[in-house]
Amino acid sequence: MTVHHLLAAESLVAGYGGRTIVDDVDLELPAGRITVIVGANACGKSTLLKTMSRLITPESGAVVLDGKKISEVHTKELARTLGLLPQQPIAPEGIAVADLVGRGRHPHQKLFRSWTAEDDRAVVEALEATGTAELADRSVDELSGGQRQRVWIAMALAQETDILLLDEPTTFLDVAHQIDVLDVLADLNRRRGTTIVMVLHDLNLAIRYADTLVAVKDGRIHAMGAPDDIVTSELIEEVFDLSNQITVDPVSGKPLVTPIGRHHVR
Amino acid sequence: MTLVSNDLDLSARIEQVRAGRARRSRRWSVSVALLGLAALVLVGAAIMLGNTIYPLPDVIGVILGERVPGASFTVGTLRIPRALTGLLAGLAFGAAGTAFQTMLRNPLASPDVIGISGGASAAAVVSLVVLHWSGTATMVVALIAGVATAAVIYLAARGGSSTGGRLILIGIGVGAMLDAVVSFVIQRAADWDVPVAMRWLTGSLNGARWEGVLPLGLAVVVLLPVLALLSRELQALELGDAAATSLGVRVDRVRIVLILAAVALTCFATATTGPIAFVAFLAGPIVSRIVGPGASLTIPAALMGACLVLAADLIGQFAFDTRFPVGVITGILGAPYLLYLLIRTSRRGGSS
Repeated sequence: MTVHHLLAAESLVAGYGGRTIVDDVDLELPAGRITVIVGANACGKSTLLKTMSRLITPESGAVVLDGKKISEVHTKELARTLGLLPQQPIAPEGIAVADLVGRGRHPHQKLFRSWTAEDDRAVVEALEATGTAELADRSVDELSGGQRQRVWIAMALAQETDILLLDEPTTFLDVAHQIDVLDVLADLNRRRGTTIVMVLHDLNLAIRYADTLVAVKDGRIHAMGAPDDIVTSELIEEVFDLSNQITVDPVSGKPLVTPIGRHHVR
Repeated sequence: MTLVSNDLDLSARIEQVRAGRARRSRRWSVSVALLGLAALVLVGAAIMLGNTIYPLPDVIGVILGERVPGASFTVGTLRIPRALTGLLAGLAFGAAGTAFQTMLRNPLASPDVIGISGGASAAAVVSLVVLHWSGTATMVVALIAGVATAAVIYLAARGGSSTGGRLILIGIGVGAMLDAVVSFVIQRAADWDVPVAMRWLTGSLNGARWEGVLPLGLAVVVLLPVLALLSRELQALELGDAAATSLGVRVDRVRIVLILAAVALTCFATATTGPIAFVAFLAGPIVSRIVGPGASLTIPAALMGACLVLAADLIGQFAFDTRFPVGVITGILGAPYLLYLLIRTSRRGGSS
């Protein structure tokens, strides 16, 4: 999978019920890289991601895939290129892991065509890639939060899209499982060249895993670039309204943000 | 945690996953075959059993158009239409119920619980008892009323979060109002004899005639395949609207088609037999335990609906000294389950 598709927003305006949340955003997502969108609560980062993945129809402007508006691309065809893992998908009661992952094959299946060897291969590769192959016949209900999230990622992988968007994939996970999920996504990016775009809450994990960091403030893109180039104390202060100190992450060598509150300051 | 492990490993894994899938799909096929067989046996029993028991050769003779003394009228005019009406209404209720429950991801959301059967029923009873319209006109009126009821419930519940839960609560309220309309009309119709009135209160196969079988049969033949063909989309919708969109499902369009098909099936069946209590509500949850989790429920639930109606009608006719209409029997089965679901829902602290 070396063909890279290009996803971009052009003068994008979007919101809910007449309230503008994403305000005139131009954004070209780097193909084959990991892009992480960060920002304060209610800054519009999640709305931006949802609009980029056609869950929300833009009020004006457009989301463009390879030069074509996604609203004009056939939905099933689009679903073979652009995948989204929503924040809270719902697992049918008692469903087996392999069956749930198999639902990711929907855009590849035709009305009267039954399951193919190709579908089996895609499901198994997705299970392997997320380290959930041993769980294939287990019920999703029995899994831990971290395992379940990896199964959902496997479903998105079985869709075999070149671009994968994820809305806060690490929320509700403890720190070990957060790292676990992000490592799976980094593997996927390195080995398959999948373009990954995600919203993350944890700023330091975002900086560590992002090739490109997008900082959103008040519905606009405040800064965008490699974390090493753009993360400064001033930027964090502006975007999150938070006093902070930047040091070097001893593990990754990337910037490490240490917040400064009113208490416990030497 | 490698993306492509060595080939031997991969093919072993593929074999394992394929075996698991084959096992689950075999369970589905066997269940559907057995349910189909059960429905056929029940149809046969409904035709053969009665005050006089007619053996199979007599029944086949009647079907082939021979004159069989005694049997021609009882079997040809009374029992076959009754059995077919039970079969078709059960298929319609079962398929429509599970479509709603799956789409709204809530076992309470079946059309009989959320008032759509009530709408069709109220319209049908007004059409027949007050306006004295024909069977065909009644079908049309019931269909329009059912769609209108669904639209009213949908519009009233729209907006904000937890639409599913609100829709169910509003639907239960609307249903109660429409049931009151049915009771009111029946009370006022002094010359309307009690057995026929019962049909509109609980649903009954008494008075099933060939004239009713044909339109209902047509509706089932057209609409059941629509629901069956959309079962894969329905399974995607089950994961949530966002996930379904991501999988390439046109959520709004699919949902409208599913709702219209399911509402129409409910209305045709209700206009023919009255609102046979809880068949739509029970068929899906019962059958999901038989076919196993994650499998498509549309066809199995339709067959289960047919089995429920036919079995309950046999029980209602022959198990007691008094003959009960089919809806009384299904009501006795369904009410405790409804209560159980309501208690479980309120313990969980939410209705969606």
